[in-house]
Amino acid sequence: MEKDERKVKILIAKPGLDGHDRGAKVVARALRDSGFEVIYTGLHQSLDQIVHAAMEEDVDGIGLSILSGAHMYIFPTLIEKLKEQGLDDIVVFGGGIIPTDDIPKLKEAGVKQIFLPGTALEEIIEWVRENVKPRAVSL
Amino acid sequence: MGLVDQVLKGDKKAAARIMRLVEDDLPEAREALKRLYPYTGRAYIIGVTGPPGAGKSSLVDLLVEWFRKRGEGVGVVAVDPTSPFSGGAILGDRIRMQRHSTDPGVFIKSLATRGHLGGLSKATDDVIQVMDAMGKDVIMVETVGVGQDEVDIVKTADTTMLVTVPGLGDDIQAIKAGILEIADIFVVNKGDKPEADKTVRELEMMLDMSTPREDGWKPPIIKVSAVKGEGIEELMEALKTHRKFLETSGRFESYRKDRVVCTFENLLRDKLFQTAIAKLKGNGSYERLISEIFNKRKDPYSVVERLSCQCELESKRE
Repeated sequence: MEKDERKVKILIAKPGLDGHDRGAKVVARALRDSGFEVIYTGLHQSLDQIVHAAMEEDVDGIGLSILSGAHMYIFPTLIEKLKEQGLDDIVVFGGGIIPTDDIPKLKEAGVKQIFLPGTALEEIIEWVRENVKPRAVSL
Repeated sequence: MGLVDQVLKGDKKAAARIMRLVEDDLPEAREALKRLYPYTGRAYIIGVTGPPGAGKSSLVDLLVEWFRKRGEGVGVVAVDPTSPFSGGAILGDRIRMQRHSTDPGVFIKSLATRGHLGGLSKATDDVIQVMDAMGKDVIMVETVGVGQDEVDIVKTADTTMLVTVPGLGDDIQAIKAGILEIADIFVVNKGDKPEADKTVRELEMMLDMSTPREDGWKPPIIKVSAVKGEGIEELMEALKTHRKFLETSGRFESYRKDRVVCTFENLLRDKLFQTAIAKLKGNGSYERLISEIFNKRKDPYSVVERLSCQCELESKRE
């Protein structure tokens, strides 16, 4: 297999307490249909669970769906925890109910992209294709 | 410290990185596997197979808990199907096991089949090697949801568990060839359903009718409810009994030898094939041979015979 044929792996996760995962599933499915390997971990994930899953599955990107309003805590904390584990080369993106004013702050904290409700699936897929690549490994 | 040394110390991140190399079939993977090889062959490997929705992941989740209570390090390899159209996959087996993901004694790895038939992915055996080398005592391998004929797991696992559920078919389904023949332990999950006893009886009847196995093992049928946590103690007992049987009958050893034969032959086949193709493409004869065969000026059988003779001559010269 050529290097450029490596599969891109994405973890789609629902952190915290909100129980609506339709959006996350729709995105997971669209990524699958575009040739990505998607690891879906289900509802009510703690940030430590997400970090460990990302580590064990050696993913290239993490997409979080947050509808609870806790995004200003969840995203920066996740990025901090990834850094602690030496996983800061994983691309973090997300979507959900997020006020536009918060987006620059989240980007400053290290979130690569935020997708708001109503974003076309094609746009998300295109962005992931452009911005999430297999992470380099050396022995 | 390099990734290989970190794996030998049990490091999760390093192990995951090497597994990724293995999955993507990169040249570095071979180098890592070469160095890990001396440290493999110690883990007890349990295969978990059965139809989609039978509750394989939930059962594995409970077994992880039990093995952890006994202080054993556990690895889980969960295989899910790749889409034949897009090449993508949704790997969702972790959903049932996520509570173990932060336990340093547990390693869960999802694999997509990536076009491999037989219920496992091509990388499965090598991923198991990495888990083995990182010191896991027990490795559970969950196949994709299977039908009747995906029996690769039997070559990979020491003990193969077939998980089934009530209401999947009549007693004729139970006497067909294939997957029912490979089970060392039958698990009837969702045992709290009223039809569960009927399923147990049908399996019993199937086993009564079949000729005794060559190895003398009589597969037990265990009724469990993964959701309610019932029957797990009996299942753990059955696993223990089968493991003891493998050890006292010398099969633990002979299965490992079979696996070495399998690995060796697969590697040899791949390598010889790749070498031959590279050579033909390198000297430009590949396209010519293909078009000659296509135009019926040559037949593929003679061409391959002649090529393999050439290889033999060359190796004699060496």
